[in-house]
Amino acid sequence: MNKKKHYTVSKILINIFLFFLVIIVLYPLYWTIINSLKTNNELFISPFSLPHKLIFKNYISAWNLGLSQYFLNSIYVSFISIAITVFLGALCAYGLSRFDIKAKNLIFMVVLGGLMLSPEVALVSLYKILQTLHLYNTRWAMIIPYIAFKLPFSVFLMRSYFISFPKDMEEAATIDGCNTFQVFYKIVVPISLPIFASTAIMDAIFVWNEFLFALVFVESKAITTIPVGLMAFRDALNTDWTVLLAGITIATLPMAILFLCMQKYFVKGLTSGAVKG
Amino acid sequence: MKERKIAPYVYIFPTLLLIIIFVYIPIIQNFYFSFFKMSSYSTVKTFVGFSNYKNIFADEIFYTAVINNTLYAVISLIFQVGIGLCLAMLLESRFVAPKLRTFFRSIYFMPSVISITVVALIFQFVYTPDIGILNGFLKAIGMGKYSHAWLGETKTAIFSIIAMSQWQYVGYIMMLFIVAIQKIPEDIYEAADIDGATGLQKALFITIPQVKEMTLVTSVITVIGAFKVFSEVYVMTSGGPGNSSQVLSTYLYRSAFINDEMGYASAIGVIIFIITITLSFIQIKISKSGQV
Repeated sequence: MNKKKHYTVSKILINIFLFFLVIIVLYPLYWTIINSLKTNNELFISPFSLPHKLIFKNYISAWNLGLSQYFLNSIYVSFISIAITVFLGALCAYGLSRFDIKAKNLIFMVVLGGLMLSPEVALVSLYKILQTLHLYNTRWAMIIPYIAFKLPFSVFLMRSYFISFPKDMEEAATIDGCNTFQVFYKIVVPISLPIFASTAIMDAIFVWNEFLFALVFVESKAITTIPVGLMAFRDALNTDWTVLLAGITIATLPMAILFLCMQKYFVKGLTSGAVKG
Repeated sequence: MKERKIAPYVYIFPTLLLIIIFVYIPIIQNFYFSFFKMSSYSTVKTFVGFSNYKNIFADEIFYTAVINNTLYAVISLIFQVGIGLCLAMLLESRFVAPKLRTFFRSIYFMPSVISITVVALIFQFVYTPDIGILNGFLKAIGMGKYSHAWLGETKTAIFSIIAMSQWQYVGYIMMLFIVAIQKIPEDIYEAADIDGATGLQKALFITIPQVKEMTLVTSVITVIGAFKVFSEVYVMTSGGPGNSSQVLSTYLYRSAFINDEMGYASAIGVIIFIITITLSFIQIKISKSGQV
């Protein structure tokens, strides 16, 4: 009897604690949203209360003050780099999982080794290389390094998936006279869509949030992406904080929505790699 | 027959080429650059031998950065790995209803998908002296005298940034532990139940030993992350006030693109490389097959 009471008390205390953590996680986000709907004056007078009257003007100002451009740039850069990464990564993973070639293990080690090398270390030389190639301050100065630094992980994810499914169908297709490219896009691609989705989401998180390369390799505000754009935005707005808060909210929404809709893929991708940032 | 010989290389080649040109060569070149004195727009380089390294080891800011990175690593180990593991065990225990589990998990995990820049900008508001959430909270619970200009004071700046990272990543590490806990075979717990083990005993003598490997892996990625940290510090303080919150990569950035000492920055890059690569090898050793 006593044991049961003890259990109930623990259960209540633990759940209270877990809900308390929920508040700690959500409160800064909640604060950002409610204050993005106030006037600047109201923010300074009562930063913790709900808005008197909802002011959506901040969102319109933020959008028109350059955020729309950063947003489009981010979509453009993300879309191209994700498409190329998934495509090239899938080809490479397929090549590594389906053929017996001599240097297979060595090549796989070289590809995987890319996971261990952090972008910070290569910053100065990458900057010089991009200058030499006349790519500095173009969108490709972001896109190409993003692809190169995300390929190792993408190959890793897709290779383990390709290895896990049987080769019967492919062998049958080969006997029917399909060449390896036909086998790849007629048989492998259609059944690999879930892993493509996981890979694309992992790349999307990285590209959408990437800051360092965008900061260093691109100078022009006209082509920069949201993370760097937000910084420029902050400096330009000075103390017009409610507009900045609206901008922050807009910048957060795509990933938050993607996360809520596709949680399964997020978790699968993130936990199968255990690579942070 | 011929096609089967060439085809594999056609698949692999583009990826391999991109990785070699844009990942490997820059890192090798970085070693080379670290022996020169050079600036960003000119092509002239002067060979200076080890003098960049000599200067680094005599540079006070470098030591501040190393200490800050180390603080980052130690605090993140305690909070992300320690609390992450505890949270995972709580959420997988019978104290939490299955429906609530999913809810808690999603909420705790969410900050890790928000961009670091956005999180850093939000936390500037958390730490702002007048209207900030933290000072407001301290005032509300009657501890207003502990208010600070968190990011503006040399003693609190780096700790405020580190605290933000804990907020962002505890849920991520927790998620990794949940996956590991779910892989533990059920019958071990059933056997323990028959022996009359308490929940705490099961946590200490079954769960924690069973997730040992994941604990090591998360520890290593947390420490590597701590030595690579850039955006958090750059956005919130740019290493200030007065270099007090400088970390290795922000110092690298400052040396290269503000002080225009590219050789010096390359040498800092080499040091970051040596630290992170050593840690990576430890991680590979732990996870052997590379499957974790």
